[in-house]
Amino acid sequence: MHRVVVTGVGVASPLGCSIAEFTEKLFAGHCAIGPVTFTRPTGSITYRGAQVENFDASQHVDARKLSLMDRFSHLAVAAARQAWAQANIQPTPEFQQQCAVILGTGVGGQITMEEAYDRMWGNPTASRVHPLSVPRLMANANTSQVSMDLGLQGPGFTIASACASSTHAIGTAYHMVRSGMVRAAMTGGSEATLTLGCLKGWEALRVMSPDFCRPFSKGRQGMVLGEGAGCLMLERMDDATARGAKILAEMIGFGQSCDARDITTPDQGGMMRALQNALHDAGVEPTQVVHINAHGTGTRANDTTESAALKDVFGDHLHGMKTTANKSLFGHALGAAGALEMVATVLSLHHQRVPPTLHFVEPDPDCALVPITTTTETLPQGAIAIKNSFAFGGLNAVLVVRGC
Amino acid sequence: MTSPNVEKILDIVAAKAMVPRENLKLDAKLTELNISSLDVVEIVFALEDHFKIELPFNANAQNAEFETLGQVVALVENQIAAKNAA
Repeated sequence: MHRVVVTGVGVASPLGCSIAEFTEKLFAGHCAIGPVTFTRPTGSITYRGAQVENFDASQHVDARKLSLMDRFSHLAVAAARQAWAQANIQPTPEFQQQCAVILGTGVGGQITMEEAYDRMWGNPTASRVHPLSVPRLMANANTSQVSMDLGLQGPGFTIASACASSTHAIGTAYHMVRSGMVRAAMTGGSEATLTLGCLKGWEALRVMSPDFCRPFSKGRQGMVLGEGAGCLMLERMDDATARGAKILAEMIGFGQSCDARDITTPDQGGMMRALQNALHDAGVEPTQVVHINAHGTGTRANDTTESAALKDVFGDHLHGMKTTANKSLFGHALGAAGALEMVATVLSLHHQRVPPTLHFVEPDPDCALVPITTTTETLPQGAIAIKNSFAFGGLNAVLVVRGC
Repeated sequence: MTSPNVEKILDIVAAKAMVPRENLKLDAKLTELNISSLDVVEIVFALEDHFKIELPFNANAQNAEFETLGQVVALVENQIAAKNAA
């Protein structure tokens, strides 16, 4: 068993495409939610969303490879390069063969897919789609492109578990490094689904907020879709210490569960088991955890159920814990949400600050917690935090991480 | 004797939620009929499609207007009337 640490993080997010900008806007409580407009022959349609605005893929991806990738891979490469650069590993051929790439995504190349549909169904004379449609849209493309970009040749695969995809990816990568299966891992996830078809799909589910995302607040009206990528470089603590690397945080636990009940309705029991499994894996008592980076989607069902599960596990200690819900700042990035929020959690522990939860109106009697809404809350050195992700389909994942 | 619209609304509810048609009384609560939240989303979609209307339904609304079948029928009939008046 090896102790596992985070030595690099990177983002391509609605709060910015560098860790410096992301950090500043995260702790200042910047809201990146705004209009997302599509123009059709019949007029324009506007939704609410959190976009990675002004993202110039050519600044992050080699020019010759740009057209090989969907946006969800562009974002992943941009985030992975930052995490890799911060870790500052000088890789040997042996290291490259022992470094895994494990990323998450909910749906893969949705933009590519919709462009192909539009071409085929929107144009009666069209007879073919773009020749790179398949390598662009396949769900594993983010992992494959990052592995090629960084020359990492260890185990590689993409995990799909909807809103928990990248949390499952990070947890799996953590366990692989901890067990000694691999020496290090580039992990996280990416998503780019701010497309008309995807937004129509979410709209039809009737869970979209008409204005903002208000996690755990009375009067919340649902979720707001986001996009982006987050990446973390995980490696053995011994390796990081030996080369004098800056350690941002230590991974200490990962827990999972299936609800096995309903395809969309969350389950308190399933969430509770994932939380308990994570604490057991970390070997910590509930009272040792001080910070919660919640799933907090802003839907009635999630926030009520998540807070009830947290109350089951933490009891009265929950009221003294500092909970935040990042989706109020940068929306719900689905398969990338866990990665972006885990990067935020690592930064919270490293800077000993709690990012605010925005747009909170008043406590909801149906929710067992009130999130932090100010920008002045601090965390002690060496604090322990959890990062929750609870997906459609009843697939739950919880990470436990300690500040260094 | 109920109107053809009410009969059609109840037909749609019965078909989508797979509830016996004779159980659909207007004062029955959807939860009592075992109609899940996903059933409601499908029912709303089917009603909108059939009557060419839009129903202001958000699954997150905490003061749900979709508690009883009678409320669903009233909402649909209001929207049909509004469309016809437009």
